[in-house]
Amino acid sequence: MLEIKNLHASIDDKEILKGLNLSVKAGEVHAIMGPNGAGKSTLASVVSGKEDYEVTEGNIELEGEDIGELGADERAHKGVFLSFQYPVEIPGVSVTNFMKTAINETRKARGLEDMPARDMLKMIKEKSELLEIDSKFLSRSLNEGFSGGEKKRNEIFQMAMLEPKLAILDETDSGLDIDALRIVASGVNKLKSKDNAVIVITHYQRLLDYIVPDFVHVLHDGKIVKSGTKELALELEEKGYDWIKAEL
Amino acid sequence: MELKEKLVSSFLAFESTVDTKSTVHDIRTKAIKDFEAFGFPTKKVEAWKYTSLKNVLKNDFALFSKNEVAIEYKDVKKYFVHDLDTYKIVFIDGVYSSHLSSTTHDKFDVCLMSSALTQNRFKAVIDVYFNKVAKQDGLVSLNTAYSKEGAYVYLPKNVAADKPIEVVHFSTGSETAMLLQPRNLIVVEDNSEVTIIERHQSLSKNKTFTNSVTEIYAGKNAHVDYYKIQNDTTNASLIDNTFTEQHDHSVASVHTFAFGGEITRNNLNFTQKGQGIDSILNGVTILEGKTHVDHNTLVEHTEPNCESHQDYKGIFDEKSVGVFNGKIIVDQIAQKTNAFQSNNNVLLSDKATVNSKPQLEIFADDVKCSHGCTIGQLDESALFYLKTRGIPEKEGKALLMYAFANNVLDSVKIPQLKNRINALIAEKLGVSIGFDL
Repeated sequence: MLEIKNLHASIDDKEILKGLNLSVKAGEVHAIMGPNGAGKSTLASVVSGKEDYEVTEGNIELEGEDIGELGADERAHKGVFLSFQYPVEIPGVSVTNFMKTAINETRKARGLEDMPARDMLKMIKEKSELLEIDSKFLSRSLNEGFSGGEKKRNEIFQMAMLEPKLAILDETDSGLDIDALRIVASGVNKLKSKDNAVIVITHYQRLLDYIVPDFVHVLHDGKIVKSGTKELALELEEKGYDWIKAEL
Repeated sequence: MELKEKLVSSFLAFESTVDTKSTVHDIRTKAIKDFEAFGFPTKKVEAWKYTSLKNVLKNDFALFSKNEVAIEYKDVKKYFVHDLDTYKIVFIDGVYSSHLSSTTHDKFDVCLMSSALTQNRFKAVIDVYFNKVAKQDGLVSLNTAYSKEGAYVYLPKNVAADKPIEVVHFSTGSETAMLLQPRNLIVVEDNSEVTIIERHQSLSKNKTFTNSVTEIYAGKNAHVDYYKIQNDTTNASLIDNTFTEQHDHSVASVHTFAFGGEITRNNLNFTQKGQGIDSILNGVTILEGKTHVDHNTLVEHTEPNCESHQDYKGIFDEKSVGVFNGKIIVDQIAQKTNAFQSNNNVLLSDKATVNSKPQLEIFADDVKCSHGCTIGQLDESALFYLKTRGIPEKEGKALLMYAFANNVLDSVKIPQLKNRINALIAEKLGVSIGFDL
């Protein structure tokens, strides 16, 4: 699904990713953990196509295709989805209209007709129920005045609507109380299939109790320095990151 | 010959086309003298600091149309809100077109200024209202001197107009350069209601310069909604002078959608003469190229317990220029006034300019007044967010701009008109998606 090879990326001439390798297959859940400043969010931004970052070396392939030169919108059309750590507030655009535009622009890019309004409404209803989202919420301006939990639920709702091949969840657990965490995680679990993959970026092990990873990677100073199974996350929770630094 | 001299000396020729014995003509005669004294405004005048008419005034304008040009409705249908049933008052090169107009009515008057100024049955209204609300300066005096044609709308007490009235001015380019001076009078007596949609449209590449004066009178509990669609070609300039006088508990709104033209200047004046009045001044300006739009608003609160709301949004690309000069005066007696003004602008290019100048003169001590102006760029992080959802840059920008202008569009009460404005914006932004925000 996703092959990242020797990825170097910098912002304002400061190198953040320093030769990162990652291979994610369809049907897998990968967790990326690491201390603050390790480059976790940069990885999410670079894979989803944020132009502020310059890729100086290496490549990113999605299903065998190099997507490194594509814009964020084109990557989205190919099935990349980023759940933001801090979703942007867009006053004046309702959740429903935003979703309609996103879906129809994606369909247009894939050479499909607009989704019929009835199908759209049906899908919105189904997916919002999955995330226990109230219908009143859908007519509100996107993320404007949403609580932390509402924003994150809304991110996963968008993921449900867009049905990506590769979903990157950037610190989706931050700012969530336990109930919201449960709803968000259960939403992600229901969306998981053998055909898609999920990368969970998190600082803490907590989310991984709910979204159980097949692999756990530790990112440190722009590289993946250790990979393992879900037990690695528990070990990190217990011992912190210092022992990994000591190992290096 | 300079345009000013030409205008003063042509007044004699103009007099041969009107009834010089009427009281209206006394007003005209005085006005031409006033114009001679005032002249055209220059950038030396504070209120015209950011807008120069110099280049426009260089043209050798024809003052009267010599040729009558016929226009077929199908060719100009797109300039009307054609899916809406309206009364229509249409002018071609300043001359009334009965062919394109539709004014059949019974409970109120929708007709021509030329009729109102000359026929006896309108005299009582003309004597009371004509040239009473307008404040005279060079341009208004010039219009008054040559006042002859335009739209005349009169609603007696307790009448709600059954459909909106569209006033459309076409210029066909029958002259290489044409000066048009429509004069409109809208009188809405107590408890009456009307909606007016106005548009100026040039149909050729020849120069058009329109100096328009509209007087609006809203009686007690009257309700007037006035929509101005300014999406003209880059060869057409417009000075729109609109004066509104409101009485107790009346509501008057003017929406100005400024999307085009060469130079557009909107002088929008509201005078509140009573209590419980609400005045609403909203605008969306979207410009590119070298287009120049200047909104100059004045709201005078002269009595207690009234409100005014101004919300102007502007989006400027390329070398376009926007000016917002908003003045609010609250007299000492006008306690409990609520006056709000906001002017928000987005610059899409390094070469675009916005001059925003709020002016508040408050002489009362128990009032709520606020003003705010912002000038910024589109939010890049929002644009990236939209892109990650599959919305391309162009559409994403359009969506953000729609969202930016949305609360002004929200206050457009006629769905067909709102759709039309949305379509015009989509066309401006070069996108085909219809955001029904």
